[in-house]
Amino acid sequence: MSRYEEVAVEVRDGWRVLRLAGEVDVATAPRLRDRLVQLINEGPPQVVVDLSGITFIDSMGLGALISGLKRARALDGDLRLVGATDHVAKVLAITRLDQAFMVSDTVEAALAGSPG
Amino acid sequence: MTAVGEIVELEIPPTLEYLDLARVVVSAAASVDPGFPPSRVSDLRLAVSELCANAIESQQRRERVEPLVIRCVLSDDRVTIEIEDHGGGFDPEALAPLPPATDPTRLERERGLGIPLVRALADDVEFLVKDEGTTVRVVLFHPHPD
Repeated sequence: MSRYEEVAVEVRDGWRVLRLAGEVDVATAPRLRDRLVQLINEGPPQVVVDLSGITFIDSMGLGALISGLKRARALDGDLRLVGATDHVAKVLAITRLDQAFMVSDTVEAALAGSPG
Repeated sequence: MTAVGEIVELEIPPTLEYLDLARVVVSAAASVDPGFPPSRVSDLRLAVSELCANAIESQQRRERVEPLVIRCVLSDDRVTIEIEDHGGGFDPEALAPLPPATDPTRLERERGLGIPLVRALADDVEFLVKDEGTTVRVVLFHPHPD
């Protein structure tokens, strides 16, 4: 079992890059939601979530990301996703959230505003 | 050789702390089947987690403490999971479909993604709602060899 954990927060080009690991499910999603809202409210409301260490995400985990995205956009910022594994990318595609979020392969691409 | 017809059964208390145990056991059971690749195990793991979370929430609403029963059956061409709960059940057909991604209201849907996900990941999903609870049966077929 791999529990959810926040590995690091880096500041890059005015964005906070939040690197996560483990499993985000209904039990751990509230922690992610609270953390995203906290980072966004602290400002600037620009957050990149690095999902490369995430081995599992369920619908409530997706809901936490949506919550962060809405909060960031309400403050004229953004929340972008990078490093989705094949399965996480599949889940984002099924729910069509890959069209709601900017999803990039790398942090550099996300900071440059480049999808893919 | 696939252990055809083998059944793995697990009972968990109806609390969310046991969800990851259910995921681990079902994933491990399905991984025994050489016809069922890791990508499908990932699909199965997510489907089971969503359905168990729904079942647990349903039982907690009714204050029912009986364990959930999770059964994993390996067959020639498929993996079948059954999840039995003592919750109140619900009408999966009554769920509103997800609005398109371009719809501005799309992001209002922070919840309600679970059942659409399960339907997309599984090949067949059946809800059997009875007075004493709900049984959900999920089938994922082996991929066709290329």
